[in-house]
Amino acid sequence: MKLTSRHLLGLEGMSREEIALILDTAVSFREILDRPIKKVPPLQGKTVVNLFFESSTRTRISFELAERRLSADVVSFSTAASSVSKGETLKDTARNIEAMKIDMVVIRHAAAGSSHFLSRVVDANVINAGDGGHEHPTQGLLDMYTLREKFGKLEGLRVCIVGDITHSRVARSNIYGLSTMGAHVSVCGPATLIPRDLEQLGVKVYHRLEDIIPEVDALNVLRIQLERQKSGLFPSLREYHRFFGVTKEKVSKAPGPITIMHPGPINRDVELSADLADSEHSVILQQVTNGVAIRMAVLYLLGTSN
Amino acid sequence: MAKSKIIDTDSFRRTVNRLAHEVVERNKGTENLAIVGIRTRGEHLARRLAQKIEEIEGKSVQIGILDITLYRDDLRGRLDQPQLKSTEILFDVTGKVIVLVDDVLFTGRTIRSALNALTDLGRPALIELLVLIDRGHRELPIKADFIGKNIPTSVKQEIKVMMIETDSEDGVYLIDTDNDEKEMSR
Repeated sequence: MKLTSRHLLGLEGMSREEIALILDTAVSFREILDRPIKKVPPLQGKTVVNLFFESSTRTRISFELAERRLSADVVSFSTAASSVSKGETLKDTARNIEAMKIDMVVIRHAAAGSSHFLSRVVDANVINAGDGGHEHPTQGLLDMYTLREKFGKLEGLRVCIVGDITHSRVARSNIYGLSTMGAHVSVCGPATLIPRDLEQLGVKVYHRLEDIIPEVDALNVLRIQLERQKSGLFPSLREYHRFFGVTKEKVSKAPGPITIMHPGPINRDVELSADLADSEHSVILQQVTNGVAIRMAVLYLLGTSN
Repeated sequence: MAKSKIIDTDSFRRTVNRLAHEVVERNKGTENLAIVGIRTRGEHLARRLAQKIEEIEGKSVQIGILDITLYRDDLRGRLDQPQLKSTEILFDVTGKVIVLVDDVLFTGRTIRSALNALTDLGRPALIELLVLIDRGHRELPIKADFIGKNIPTSVKQEIKVMMIETDSEDGVYLIDTDNDEKEMSR
């Protein structure tokens, strides 16, 4: 069993077997993270370039750690320090990096489809670390891994994604991945932040947290991007918090405990109350640890297949 | 494809019993001893040995399972990607006497990988190698401390170890193949 594509561009169209292979492989890498020596040799001699055209702390560090723990040679750059600020196109940047004989590229870019484009112009394996509002497959995978670790399975699990769905690549990857794995996915947020045709993907849409909270096993709370407030999609952070902020009080209406996830970084007491983020039902830090294991699994599966 | 049985169920059991006795004799008991099996058949063999040693000495021995996939030297040359499984060694290997267990010793490359995997987990005081079958054709300077049976083979032949945990019986077969390429034993 191996992945059918040489690249990881998104979870849309990926088969159940492929997703299961990545999650199963990640279990082995998760064990390595608890060892005193957290390094194994399978990517020795491979060079990975992390191209981050958009700011990111967590994802970049997570990828870098995963690469180094597989013994790859790693080069990272971010926009501010690169020739992108001098007006170079993505294609030229990619070609130039490839001319330096690299094996894998991890790319984060503000334009949807940028990783697909890159995969067509370079020979290296391409991993999408977030392309605009399109997909963020490794985040979707680590969310699924965390849920599977917590509940033992994904089949039949009821997960609601809360917040700005329209602009969220995390939401999209979660919807594709979880649906493929047989989970029941719903979304909840203001009507202005939910795409109109979402129900075609088999996703139930809610506009009141009170309606969905009694019916879910887990809430995946998205970060409200503060910069969106200026565009008038919601009136104020205060109002957003009142209606869509996940709080202990709202969650207490559920018949049992609800697992809380968040892709980070958290705006405390905006989309998620601080006490809930730090509660025993929060798996937010497990998500971060599992992210390294998932990225190791993806890098390993793509980097060692011929 | 000619196939001949070289170890049957009874002699399989006797061989494992003898190996268990040799391990406790050489190490003067089970003090500080741990048995680590290489997936898949080395793992089953390790469990059998540990059970036997417990019978002999009346003390339990720690068992670990080693997955060497990440340490293979042919990881990138292969067309089929081996399924990665977990290493399950729940004790600290540092300072321990480790008996490394595999079913067949052939080129020695698996053992080389296993030694690297083990030493990445800590610094054992001593590592001993136990194999059920030594079939020759070493490509690395590696030698077993405990051997169930030496079976001189040609590279065209294959050794198939069967164990009830994964197969229909306990036994070892020597198979003649027309294959000119060397078959890795794992």
